[in-house]
Amino acid sequence: MESVFLVVATLCYCAGSIGYLIYLLREREAIHRVSWLILLIGAIFHGGAILLRSLSMGYLAVTSSQEALSFFTWVFVVTYLLVQLRLQLRILGSFVSPLAVLFMLLSRLLPTDMIPKSGVLQSGWVVLHVSTLFLANAVFALAFGAGIMYLLQERQIKRKNFGYFYSRLPSLERLDRINYICLIVGFPLMTAGLLTGFAYASFIWPSPWNWDPKEIFALITWFIYAILLHERLAVGWRGRRAAWLAIFGFSAVLTTFLGVNLVLKGHHSVFVR
Amino acid sequence: MLHIVLLGMNHKTAPVALREQLALSCQQHVSPLHLIPHLPHVDEVFFLSTCNRVEFLFTCQDRRIAIQEVKALLQNYLGNLAGNLLDLHLYHYEDLDAVRHLFRVSSSLDSMVVGEPQILGQIKAAYREATECHTVRVILNRLLHKTFSVAKRVRSETMIGSHAVSISYAAVELARKIFGELRDKRVLLVGAGEMAELAAEHFLAQGVRHLTVTNRTPERAFQLARRFRADTIPFEHFVDDIKMMDIVLTSTGAPDPILHFQDVKSRMRERRNRPLFFIDIAVPRDVDARINEIDNVYVYDIDDLQGVVELNREDRNREAQKAEYMISEEITKFQNWLNTLDVVPTIIALREKAESIRLNELQKTFSQIPDLSDKERQAIEILTGAIVKKLLHDPILFLKKKAHRDTKQLFVDYTQQLFNLSDGNEVDSWSLTDEPADVKDETKILKNMNK
Repeated sequence: MESVFLVVATLCYCAGSIGYLIYLLREREAIHRVSWLILLIGAIFHGGAILLRSLSMGYLAVTSSQEALSFFTWVFVVTYLLVQLRLQLRILGSFVSPLAVLFMLLSRLLPTDMIPKSGVLQSGWVVLHVSTLFLANAVFALAFGAGIMYLLQERQIKRKNFGYFYSRLPSLERLDRINYICLIVGFPLMTAGLLTGFAYASFIWPSPWNWDPKEIFALITWFIYAILLHERLAVGWRGRRAAWLAIFGFSAVLTTFLGVNLVLKGHHSVFVR
Repeated sequence: MLHIVLLGMNHKTAPVALREQLALSCQQHVSPLHLIPHLPHVDEVFFLSTCNRVEFLFTCQDRRIAIQEVKALLQNYLGNLAGNLLDLHLYHYEDLDAVRHLFRVSSSLDSMVVGEPQILGQIKAAYREATECHTVRVILNRLLHKTFSVAKRVRSETMIGSHAVSISYAAVELARKIFGELRDKRVLLVGAGEMAELAAEHFLAQGVRHLTVTNRTPERAFQLARRFRADTIPFEHFVDDIKMMDIVLTSTGAPDPILHFQDVKSRMRERRNRPLFFIDIAVPRDVDARINEIDNVYVYDIDDLQGVVELNREDRNREAQKAEYMISEEITKFQNWLNTLDVVPTIIALREKAESIRLNELQKTFSQIPDLSDKERQAIEILTGAIVKKLLHDPILFLKKKAHRDTKQLFVDYTQQLFNLSDGNEVDSWSLTDEPADVKDETKILKNMNK
């Protein structure tokens, strides 16, 4: 049942991406609306699959890399769907939906090793830790998409060479604003996620900080976003530099999130493998 | 043989730097129209210089020498630039091609922004200057008047003008892509001029509420400020106020850039890197091109705006074709007029001869019958005038009709021989033989009178 749901969700994401790519070619309101609905249906099936799995396991199903990425994709898509309702930035869908498809397919390739059932997973701390961090990551992924769009558009205006995207991409100020909002929303979420993680670590391990690769990379990522936030608020960084840092930050997110799970082992693998 | 020649360069053929240099030297030296003494082989001349083009229109008999003279003059203006550089960027049209080019320019088909309305006003201003200098006479006078009517016709009968797309419009579109919403942005207008005012109007129409004006002569700034309900700032320290502005429109006549890299670079931190958009309509440029390299700063000069214009050009091409067709029609009309020009001297000579015979005969008659009343004299004068007019009516009509044929010279020659007309160069030696004595006398009298 659950795998059927996942397949349906992936197919919906694919269809949504195709819809959004067509939207990129011919800007019709109707194409966008249909694509958005398809993505929504996909997200509902996807959410159903996660719910079913979590119920059968008894805790939030994010313990294998596959589940983690799948869950992240779900948060990402839902975040976009909500953001779209508020911001009306349709072109963002053309960047988000293919990324969702990519993550879904990637999650199929990741190891599905289950960790032994253990009591440490059944805690409110874990749910809080995972949900805040994943939400932060999803928001940062949006910032990443907006950053790419910003760089594309800025390059065209700066070089005075107007290509295909010029008329389709929104204004620079708007894209920069999205970068800013994502940062303002994402950074506190990320901070909260890390704090809950350290807090829970101090319950089950002797110390909250254990020089674990996951911890180190998480802190690096946090610092990148902290720098971006500081420069933005204090110095007035914006535009191209902010966009580059958002892209850089998100690649750090991916490294922490997936790279550490897959390549470097640490005691965090008690939770996810 | 009379030729109409047009030499020029525009935004398509010459880079802004070269046009800048030519515009600059035209400013420094007196108007080229005053230099007509340097062009002995040029008959009539008309000179147009705008920020996008320099056009040199003239008539001459020997085009090879005349073109050389004009080129030498331009070369002189450009100073040390190599000669082949000038040839590389200069276009050159003759006769009807020159007419076509002029019609296209005036109808704004050749403009950087097709359909922009300023060019016609600029041609009219240049024409006014030319008439003041008396450098345009029969042919260019007629041609330029025709040009105005062609431009008017294109504007009213095609949609080219109604697209209202101009350089300033393109600039507004660009600003939108940078800033999104323009309502809360601050626009600074540096310098005044037709183009800059138009751009300011566009920005106001797009909802910009904060417009500030500055100008080297404060009176002009106040005048503009009143018109746009804008603020003014002193020209001396407008550079300082750039930190508060978002969009800066420059269009001064300054020979060197008035805004340098450091002026802007040093103020970016103070304005917390908020984007800054310079629209440089001036030629020579007012804003150093290097400023574009600063982060979050965008500099567009008049050539760059071309790129934006290119985007919404396609739907105007169809209307442009319509306009081209109209221009072809008008060229045919002008050609017809030009052709009649060849027969005009003959017609004038014919009329003059008839008139002089009439006056001569009247004088004789009046002296033989001295006791005629004024009323009777007047009646005889009217009578003779009518006879001459009616007698000449058909031959003149015939000549005008033949004027459009290639064989017109034949008819002109026959007419001259038939009526024994002297057309300047042609010596009517043959007419002195085999003729009755009284006709000979009359010819002599006529010649004396002509002198």
